[in-house]
Amino acid sequence: MEEHSPLAQFEIRKLIEIPLGGIDASFTNSSLWMMISVILATAFLTLSMRGRAMVPGRWQSMAELVYEFVANMLRDNVGSGGRRYFPFIFTLFVFILFNNSLGMVPYSFTPTSHIIVTFAMAAVVFVGVTIIGFIKNGTGFLKLFVPSGVPWFLLIILVPIEIISYFVRPISLSVRLFANMMAGHTMLKVFGGFVVSLGLLAGWAPLLFIIALTGMEIGIAMLQAYVFTVLSCLYLHDALHPGH
Amino acid sequence: MELEAAKMIGAGLATIALAGVGVGIGTIFGNYISGSLRNPAASAKVFGNVLLGFALTEAIGLFALVVAFLILFAF
Repeated sequence: MEEHSPLAQFEIRKLIEIPLGGIDASFTNSSLWMMISVILATAFLTLSMRGRAMVPGRWQSMAELVYEFVANMLRDNVGSGGRRYFPFIFTLFVFILFNNSLGMVPYSFTPTSHIIVTFAMAAVVFVGVTIIGFIKNGTGFLKLFVPSGVPWFLLIILVPIEIISYFVRPISLSVRLFANMMAGHTMLKVFGGFVVSLGLLAGWAPLLFIIALTGMEIGIAMLQAYVFTVLSCLYLHDALHPGH
Repeated sequence: MELEAAKMIGAGLATIALAGVGVGIGTIFGNYISGSLRNPAASAKVFGNVLLGFALTEAIGLFALVVAFLILFAF
């Protein structure tokens, strides 16, 4: 009987082999679930808005709620200059939200539980925000590392610290999402193993815990999407208006 | 000491970081509760920041988890 490791759920399995010269561009289970989340999100948003009623029905209300949530977040954290980045931030939010939430479906796969997926998104945000900062402010962007009203002898220590913490941003952004997703799903599997090994007599105790944990994981899926997006908005604000 | 034993001890030591995380999360929600008892009208408005602060603090705990995993499985 093979040992079912709680980490086996994160295994990437190729569904369709597509060798492209030297690169393995296979269609994997990760790609499949990312595709499902994109199809679901697109279907939800386009079909709900098909009626374009002035007084929204149920589905249109939900689509408008999601839109307003992200638009308000962008406006509160970036200001009016952030409006042009709304498509990117909205896509980021909806993609991460649907990816995280679909991972809660039994027997599915959470694409964001792999560091490469979250790091790709965080790297795009980091590089994009830095480029936007330099385009908007030129070399004045470097004022971000020099907080105002600080005496010169403190600046010598403070500026390297600020620079290092700026470069830690993509790492923290990606690891936060990755670790939340991986730890949550691993814990569910570990306690699932407890339920089975404790059997009928005492298996109900970890089962109750798993029920509560699943509820919390659904909440965390949505919370992590919100946190990733709001932090991207804050970094964008820093880029557009450097100097605290 | 064998490498396996040292890995186990290292991974266990890495979880000491969770003490700080516990203090941090308790501080955030304690301040939120005391603030919202003084000014209930503002509590809905600031709840977004509470969730942001909670997620950032929990991330530190997860960094400790990542360090533990690195020690256990990567070295």
